[in-house]
Amino acid sequence: MSVTDIRKDTDQLTMTIASEWDAPIDRVWQLWADPRKLERWWGPPTYPATVVEHDLQPGGRVTYFMTGPEGDRHDGWWRVISVDEPKRLDLQDGFADADGTPNDAMPTTMFTVIFDELGANRTAMTIETKFPSAEAMAQLTEMGMDEGMKAAMGQIDAVLTTP
Amino acid sequence: MVVEQAQRSAATVATTDRFDLVLHALADPTRRDIVRLVLHQEYSVSSLARRYPMSFAAVQKHVAILERASLVTKQERGRERLVRGRIEAVRDVSRMFDQLESAWRDRLDRFGDVLADADPEPVGKNRTKTATPPKNTRSQGAKR
Repeated sequence: MSVTDIRKDTDQLTMTIASEWDAPIDRVWQLWADPRKLERWWGPPTYPATVVEHDLQPGGRVTYFMTGPEGDRHDGWWRVISVDEPKRLDLQDGFADADGTPNDAMPTTMFTVIFDELGANRTAMTIETKFPSAEAMAQLTEMGMDEGMKAAMGQIDAVLTTP
Repeated sequence: MVVEQAQRSAATVATTDRFDLVLHALADPTRRDIVRLVLHQEYSVSSLARRYPMSFAAVQKHVAILERASLVTKQERGRERLVRGRIEAVRDVSRMFDQLESAWRDRLDRFGDVLADADPEPVGKNRTKTATPPKNTRSQGAKR
């Protein structure tokens, strides 16, 4: 695990995850820029992602869907705000209907990914996630987008049942 | 009280309902400020009302929302109603961040796997390539 630091700010509703990788900056960038690579890590094994559109330039769109264990399909999209290859990406991440139309009823998350070349074979990657509101965050958490979330919900259940 | 209710029926009631209450309550800056204050010491509703440029009724309403979310408790003492923060409820919010953190840790775990797996493709720029054997990225079981 190469996560070096995680900072959470409950007031600003941001979470910043710093990580470092033994790879050149371009290769780290490729994991975002190459849809076939992206889909290998974006969704959890139980909800693998399939990237449909992938236009990584300002104003461009990336669309994807995740397939659940019951064959359930969850569509998502990114709106690409800005791109500075291979140093920075600003993205808005949201949910979509099955036909790929952005679902405005669901909250969106803003991502900023910053890549730093630490050496020829060492790259830092910092991801800042920002929620528009606490409600949005709750809603996203409830979506159970990731398997870790479900497990965590179970823990909360346990906490609440403990007197 | 909401907490007792939640505790009694936690098995059946979606716990996320309570989360909703908590997060809705904390979405407002005045309410967040009130929570911060009353976590340190008790305040009467009227002394809280004096701190904000809004009516007593408005502050009272904020307190009621916080109370419903179990973020604060209100206690009558004489003619005063004293408000006190509940640290446990505040911890729920940080727990939610923890969920998010673990989801991202898992995601970055996979990121590392893909990165280690990816063919060391020719890198565009002229870079002296130190031959790196595929790195084992799972060094420690950093799962919490």
